[in-house]
Amino acid sequence: MDHLRAVPSGAPDEGAPAVAGAAHLADLLKRSARGDQAAFAELYDATSARAYGLALRVVRDPAQAEEVAQEAFLEVWRTASRFDATKGSAVGWLLTIVHRKAVDRVRSAEAASRRDTTYHQDNQPIAHDATAEAAEASMEARRVRSALDDLTAVQREALELAYFGGYTHTEVATMLDLPVGTAKTRIRDGLIRLRDAMGVGVA
Amino acid sequence: MTTDIHALVGAYAVDALDDLERAHFERHLAECPACQAEVAGLQEAAGVMGSLATTQPPASLRDSVLAGITTVRPLPPEVPSAHTSESAPAAGGRTRFRPRLLVAAAAAVIIVGGGATAIVQPWQDDSSEVQLTAGDRVRAAADAETYTQSFPDGSKATLVRSRSQNAAVLTTVDMAAAPTGSIYELWLIHDDQMVPAGLMSGGDHEVLLEGDAASANGFGITVEPDGGSEEPTTDPIVAVEFKNA
Repeated sequence: MDHLRAVPSGAPDEGAPAVAGAAHLADLLKRSARGDQAAFAELYDATSARAYGLALRVVRDPAQAEEVAQEAFLEVWRTASRFDATKGSAVGWLLTIVHRKAVDRVRSAEAASRRDTTYHQDNQPIAHDATAEAAEASMEARRVRSALDDLTAVQREALELAYFGGYTHTEVATMLDLPVGTAKTRIRDGLIRLRDAMGVGVA
Repeated sequence: MTTDIHALVGAYAVDALDDLERAHFERHLAECPACQAEVAGLQEAAGVMGSLATTQPPASLRDSVLAGITTVRPLPPEVPSAHTSESAPAAGGRTRFRPRLLVAAAAAVIIVGGGATAIVQPWQDDSSEVQLTAGDRVRAAADAETYTQSFPDGSKATLVRSRSQNAAVLTTVDMAAAPTGSIYELWLIHDDQMVPAGLMSGGDHEVLLEGDAASANGFGITVEPDGGSEEPTTDPIVAVEFKNA
């Protein structure tokens, strides 16, 4: 399993979700749906850095990110039977749940503290993100980066504000001085381009 | 109009819709295979982007997650014949209505206005040409409060309440028809209890709400099976907290 690269002891090999790995994760989810706690623990170990990393990226605060990740994993356990491998990957499904919880959290705690963070912090290019270090080594991460490079600058800007910033498309439009229709179009076009470049989704 | 709602698919996939847009889009999603397929692909693409941001969580997270699952029963799979409308994976299991939370969230985006609405339709019951309709009386009341909600497809719902008249009137414009086999149900909220206040189809309507409007502290609309329900079975598409509750 770990033939792609050496990993520090104790750290799960997360950087390389190869195709076989994806099938294995889907299987772990299926077993979790039957109440197999050991399978779920293995799923947790294989995905927790991505889940927590995404939650942290959106909510910023480590304590809150931990709560969000915990809620998300409990939701994953509870709704594992609803995962449909024909519609997407296990990781994609899991991160969708994490993201929704993270966004719900920042929206409900729409506190001044979050709004204080400047636009430029939100817009840090993914390539310079220190937290992406673990993923750096993998082929997958390189593919994602090159796919992201295919986006136009304006698509990427709108998409990152929405996805990592947790802002609504209307807020994104206002932040970028765009008509509302333009922001949602850029978000959608950016995702479509990313999807096509990655060859993800229903093939 | 349908083009507009389709265009929200990207924003939906990255959770960039506000609560009401999201509820509205999910209603559409349940009935639109094209959007379902696109949402799946775009969420997958978003997940790929999200998987770049990896950070090792504290060990305490693993402990609390693995302890937590021992107290949670996994849901059964969806059986083909079951009548459920859960379409978005992320929404799984979230159908239970939590009035306080949703009302608070929705209230933030409701536009609270003053004056009367321009749409006037004769009230069916007892109106002759010279008599004021129930809606007119509510709107003309000195203490009339108006709440308006616009949906992305251009439809609009306006509620006017008067405590002195003990009445509330809902006016809809261009409301999309509820999905086949279902109907819009109106609710008055009394201390987080959802009390049925009438049923409504799509289109243009003026409906006088049943029940005690003066003492209610909020109002909601849900989509329910034909005939209506005793309590909400879906998340509301409209939820309003009255200002002068």
